[in-house]
Amino acid sequence: MERLIELALRTVALTSIAAVALILAFIAREALPVFSGEALGESGTLLDLVRPAVLADGSEHFPWQPVSEPPKYNVVPLVIGSLKVTLVALLIAAPLGIAAAVYVSELAGKRQRELIKPTIELLAGVPSVVIGFFALIVFATWVQRAFGTEHRLNALTAGIGLAMAVCPVIFTVSEDALQAVPHAYRTAALALGSDRVQMIARVVVPAALPGILASVVLGFGRAIGETMIVLLASGNAAIVSGSVGVSTKTITATIAQELGEVVVGSAHYHVLFALGTVLFASTFVLNFAGERVIHGLRKKLGSA
Amino acid sequence: MRSQTVELQREPRARAPELLLLVATGAATAIILLALAVLLADIVAGGAKVISWEFLSAHPRRGLTEGGILPAIVGTVALTLLMTIAAVPAGVATAVFLTEYAPADSTLARAIRVCIANLAGVPSIVFGLFGLGFFVSTVGRGIDRVLYGGELVYATPSLVWASLTLAILTLPVVVVATEEALRAVPREIRDASLALGATQLQTIVKVVLPHAMGGVLTGTILAISRGAGEVAPIMFTGVAYFLPHLPSHFNDQFMSLSYHVYVLSTQSPNIDQTKPLLYGTVLTLLALTFLLNLVAVLLRAKTRAKVHATE
Repeated sequence: MERLIELALRTVALTSIAAVALILAFIAREALPVFSGEALGESGTLLDLVRPAVLADGSEHFPWQPVSEPPKYNVVPLVIGSLKVTLVALLIAAPLGIAAAVYVSELAGKRQRELIKPTIELLAGVPSVVIGFFALIVFATWVQRAFGTEHRLNALTAGIGLAMAVCPVIFTVSEDALQAVPHAYRTAALALGSDRVQMIARVVVPAALPGILASVVLGFGRAIGETMIVLLASGNAAIVSGSVGVSTKTITATIAQELGEVVVGSAHYHVLFALGTVLFASTFVLNFAGERVIHGLRKKLGSA
Repeated sequence: MRSQTVELQREPRARAPELLLLVATGAATAIILLALAVLLADIVAGGAKVISWEFLSAHPRRGLTEGGILPAIVGTVALTLLMTIAAVPAGVATAVFLTEYAPADSTLARAIRVCIANLAGVPSIVFGLFGLGFFVSTVGRGIDRVLYGGELVYATPSLVWASLTLAILTLPVVVVATEEALRAVPREIRDASLALGATQLQTIVKVVLPHAMGGVLTGTILAISRGAGEVAPIMFTGVAYFLPHLPSHFNDQFMSLSYHVYVLSTQSPNIDQTKPLLYGTVLTLLALTFLLNLVAVLLRAKTRAKVHATE
């Protein structure tokens, strides 16, 4: 009986490993015809997904036109769109989240700390579709008015919305890293005659730096995989542009918008799964790296 | 700390940088809190006047421009209930295996931990792709072939597939919360139980798990809150834009509050006409997820206090 239960628990515990393996297997299976070039037509190769098309006047462009005839699947605008929106989000969320973590961990009193921390965690609990709604209906107008952007929905609006979702992640992980710095480091710094600012800037933050960097990496993973906020707030036009003021389409929003309407087994269907596979692989690597750094930091500070 | 304050007063030069740091980091904290406050204020202001018994208990009418959100509420409840039934036992079992049976540094335990951590980071839209490719197209088709002679019954997006997709997405939430609670149960309690002649299984079921119930409950609530807010994973696995009937079978499609927010935000021909309904739906969804989160936060604080008391 005892052995049986243990065996049963072990089997159930394998679910998580099975889930990760199945996710990879099933999305990669549907993506395979793209990576082999098979789904992209007779002479199709993977390069077709990134090579610019040349127009009659000699100018180059990168068309994502999956429903035109013939369909064109150039993923360059989507990749650029995802990176652009993520970059905007991180440029806002990283300084805010890290600074707030320093404040809550090092400067705030106990009561303030006990109030602020759960409140920011509450922000993490706001569903992304609600943040997307808020960006679309409410602050898109503010952003356009304030920055005079070309389109009402654009990478900047989506990036600000994403920052709201990513900020709690960066805050929580950074705050944990700062808290993991042993008390002895602080007292030692003070005993050597440094003031509080020197202690924070030269001892505590450097000691926690790997964790703080990991928080940004995890934030990056969260931002690039976020769907509903960008789907609602970015405008969803596949334009290659360096400006954050124009309508932008991301990888995630493309899948969400187009998968419902594709013919199962068509080239378009397989390309969407290929995009999903790339997304899965990149977030997997980012998360793995982030977790490793945090784990290493804990070990180091714990033994110190 | 006190001695340092005295020193700062003796050296007024040290105060300017400290003030600067305090203001800069304090301002960042304030901005984050302000963003949350503005979001909440706008949604409460826009949604409070819409919510009524009629709104919560009526079906949508006239192409979603009038009526209520009953089917979306029922759909979300059914969805998260089925999800819980799948995710909580699996999550608790995983946590029990990791803390009570597997040696902490065994390869298997480490592999499971890595997978749990990475599962938590998989983008939700990827879960949508997976749910469609695995549950609907593979498992569903398999069931239809074996039990229904190829007739289309389960190989179609439905409540059960959306629930299972969400269950995998929320599994890490349950595992992490339960594991934390199990770790907080003092070693001595286990030893005492074993010393009295209880088997390991009896110890786990009658002593350890009851102590960790708060953590299990916290994990369950957080999972429900997370599941109720997700859209991307259910988009292709079962949620519907509009349905005249409430779901009554596992293989029925359903409406959900989260997807309804997306639908009303984007598909409306006249946004000004739908806006009140949209705000009402958002407030209902947010109230649901917030209340659940609040309960979880309080529960966790209480569990932690209890653990500290027994230490």
